[in-house]
Amino acid sequence: MRFVDEYRDARTARALAARIAELCEPGRRYTFMEVCGGHTHTIYKHGVEDHLPPNVNLVHGPGCPVCVIPMGRVDDAIAIAREPDVIMTSFGDMMRVPGGEGSFLDAKAAGADIRMVYSPLDALRIARQNPGRRVVFMAIGFETTAPSTAMTVLRAAAEGLANFSVFCNHVMIIPAIKAILDSPDLRLDGFIGPGHVSTVIGCRPYAFIAEEHGKPLVCCGFEPLDVLQSIHMLLRQLAEGRAEVENQYTRVVPWEGNGRALEAIGKVMELRPYFEWRGLGFISHSALRLRDAYAAHDAERIFQVPGVRVADPKACQCGEVLKGVLKPWECKVFGTACTPETPIGTCMVSSEGACAAYYNFGRFTRSRAKEATTA
Amino acid sequence: MCLGIPGEIVELLPDRADLATVEVAGVRRAISVGLLDGPVRPGDWVLVHVGFAMSRIDESEAAATLALLNGLGPAYADELQALAESDIT
Repeated sequence: MRFVDEYRDARTARALAARIAELCEPGRRYTFMEVCGGHTHTIYKHGVEDHLPPNVNLVHGPGCPVCVIPMGRVDDAIAIAREPDVIMTSFGDMMRVPGGEGSFLDAKAAGADIRMVYSPLDALRIARQNPGRRVVFMAIGFETTAPSTAMTVLRAAAEGLANFSVFCNHVMIIPAIKAILDSPDLRLDGFIGPGHVSTVIGCRPYAFIAEEHGKPLVCCGFEPLDVLQSIHMLLRQLAEGRAEVENQYTRVVPWEGNGRALEAIGKVMELRPYFEWRGLGFISHSALRLRDAYAAHDAERIFQVPGVRVADPKACQCGEVLKGVLKPWECKVFGTACTPETPIGTCMVSSEGACAAYYNFGRFTRSRAKEATTA
Repeated sequence: MCLGIPGEIVELLPDRADLATVEVAGVRRAISVGLLDGPVRPGDWVLVHVGFAMSRIDESEAAATLALLNGLGPAYADELQALAESDIT
């Protein structure tokens, strides 16, 4: 595939790896966080870590939209799905995410009409085709998917599709990065910045990371060579004593972002005072809800939403994994009680979740991985 | 879900200005181009996310990144050559 295959070349990867190794000061340990779950997926799928010197350590960030949804929100969505005449629509990633009382799949098996869609526009079409039913779209994701939801709501409003609504769970990346930076558990040397979020918000919003926290961030593409090149750019900044926001993914990410997408979000959505994140707890001004003008398409106003808080299962350590404090295999239930087939925590569900990526592509056994990290 | 896929615009839909047909790895599908600035033309490459073109793919920037990746020393000149010869479009 064009714009993909070129960035997977193994020989170029080895050459980059050699340059990365040259930049590492002996005896110094470097820890970079890949904010985005898409990067986690790439890193494990292509074995990017195998190309890195042992003193370069990658930790996974909170940028997996499925993973950060708290269990209570899943229960809320299922409660909506059980209302009369409702068709709940959702991205496939959400289907197996466990709530306090089971997942979408469980609710579907028990009789709720829950359908998988590729795009919110598919949900809109279902609403058009089923005028007698109430179609709800389970909207999740960072700034990458929020514009699509916003555009779909605008379209529904324009068409007067009164039977279409959105259960809005959109979250924002900057407050999450702030929460990570304020967390005392983690010492980071820099960030592999989210690529596709940045197509929307651009590179400017990350400036505080460099200016206030003195840490470099490189917006990074999703192929293995992109990740290696970004690590090289981070190491070069550190070697030269710089802390700046740089853009490796210039073929897709404009420095200013996507004005139209930001406009669509701003028109349809507004900040929530606070929102609960799995693992990170309540973060103020970190999520979006529909504006009053679009209340007719807001599932939270149309339906009675229980809004119950559900604590994560005790055994599950998704919170620590999302903050980068624990590696997936260090979780007590990883690969034993918690697997992609029967996930306990969200990180094991989505293909962008660190645990699922590691489980599916990890070539280490759990014990060998432990040896490797403690060596 | 958040993994964007590169696709080529192959056709504009005459009755729907906000939609276009893209080809992604041999599959053709209508997507929304309502989030892109400026006119969309067949042959443009875009990054497709959940049914929307989220961004244009800048071919010169893509080539520049590749050139940078490949400019890693004389040993990789043949690599550049191989890349230049491979046209997967």
